[in-house]
Amino acid sequence: MNERLSGRLASHSFLALPFALWAALFIVLPLFFVLWTGLTDGAGHFTLEHLSTVLQIEYLRALGLSATLALLSTFICLVLAYPLCLILRERKERRGLLVFMLFLLPLWMNSLLTTMAWQTIMEKHGIINMLLSALELPEVHLINTPAAIVIGMVYNFLPYMVLPLYVSISRIDESIIEAARDLGANHFQTLRRVLLPLSLPGIVSGSTMVFIPALTTFVISALLGGNKVLLVGNIIEQEFTAAYDWQLGSALSMVLMVFIILNILLEAFTDSGEQGRKGRP
Amino acid sequence: MEKLKNTYLGAIVLFLYAPILVLIAQSFNASRYRGQWTGFTLEWYEGLMESEEIAAAFANTLTIGVTSALLATLLALVTALGLRQMGSRGRMLFRGLSNVPLLNADIVTGISLMLLFLGLGLRLGYDTILLAHIVICLPYAMLCILPQVLSMDDVCYEAARDLGAGPVSAFRKVILPELLPAIISAFLLCFAMSADDFIVTYFTKGAGINTLTTEIYAELKLGVHPEMYALSALFFCGVLVFAALLMVNYKVIRRYREARRGEMAA
Repeated sequence: MNERLSGRLASHSFLALPFALWAALFIVLPLFFVLWTGLTDGAGHFTLEHLSTVLQIEYLRALGLSATLALLSTFICLVLAYPLCLILRERKERRGLLVFMLFLLPLWMNSLLTTMAWQTIMEKHGIINMLLSALELPEVHLINTPAAIVIGMVYNFLPYMVLPLYVSISRIDESIIEAARDLGANHFQTLRRVLLPLSLPGIVSGSTMVFIPALTTFVISALLGGNKVLLVGNIIEQEFTAAYDWQLGSALSMVLMVFIILNILLEAFTDSGEQGRKGRP
Repeated sequence: MEKLKNTYLGAIVLFLYAPILVLIAQSFNASRYRGQWTGFTLEWYEGLMESEEIAAAFANTLTIGVTSALLATLLALVTALGLRQMGSRGRMLFRGLSNVPLLNADIVTGISLMLLFLGLGLRLGYDTILLAHIVICLPYAMLCILPQVLSMDDVCYEAARDLGAGPVSAFRKVILPELLPAIISAFLLCFAMSADDFIVTYFTKGAGINTLTTEIYAELKLGVHPEMYALSALFFCGVLVFAALLMVNYKVIRRYREARRGEMAA
């Protein structure tokens, strides 16, 4: 029976064929186009010229700044989201859905418009400064600074941290936490020895989901940095739409792809670690 | 402690909703320029129907969203059915491939597709946006559908076949109803992703065509038409209503389930 069943069903494998063609054409081939453009000159000869241009100080500075701001916003997202997920976990039973919905709804607003609204909030005569002067406090200079970009990144990408983190924190068995408490661990020890290790996969996957878009954004930096703070994303965008140096843009994209591959490896590594732990009796 | 937690939740909610409140306020602002309040008006809501650019961009977003979501869901469904019979290695490869656009940065996906389309001699426009949107939607459709298909039981399908149903009608009457929730959520998620995408659209759209997001970006430099605020405020109200309906439904379902559990226990 089983053989007949699998024999009959095996004939369905061909259904995966369209996807194989699709993936070859629209997923793999485009990446080769980037490599090709980044590694050849106008006549189609192999060259490392564009990659070495990337090593010039202005591009390295932009890369460093992007990485710093992206790391900083990832860290802030984590610090904001962790207590949030712990609270949401406690309230899973009563009104949990309502609270969770409340955190997902802003995702539905167009991010360009909300980022522009942050402009209105943070600019020189914006809402924050209006409130501060009403309270007779000194004004703050936020707009067109790296700080404004970090606020914009945290706002845009916080849900990407909350979702995986919440999934992994809400799966932790309550009895494990109670056991830690019963054995005399205080809040901090429970957090460090029990909660953090058990939620590590969520932390890693949330962090990669925030880090990559934060590293590569050009919209947030264009709107809140006012072209005074140049990130890698802005340079790539300009090379492709304004400067028409596609080779350099592709070379910069290849550098970003290295970051992305590192991130995927990091995530795969912690993922298999989790499975290994689960497999243990 | 409880008070502290509530304050924390409140602060985060304020952070998340502050820009949305600003947008809604701007949609009623008589001034064309953001940052100065010159009085209350409904002008932008009335003008919403008349702005041709917004109407065209809205139509593009809608048709591209629906078409790409349909095609991505269909492709994901067919592929998932094919992957059922594949060995675990082949399945891993396919899964990994389908996740590439999800893990890749949008800007890299965008320029790589642009280079591909131009390299193949296509003209950037409506069709290239549509293709690009299928590319970015497909991983989400796969995430929704594949686990459902893989955990599906063969027995009912086999029974239908043994009782004389052809493969097509067995599929239609047995497999499709079981997968329907996954298919619907895949479609909705794909539509949301397509409608909200800016970066990939920006690089694959070519001149002379806009979706809502690229229209907004183009307007950002000269000042956004306040009609956009009105549109987004209306949209947010729609989402709010949808979420409220979902909550009520969920509560009703849960109460019903609890009542049944109570009956069974008694």
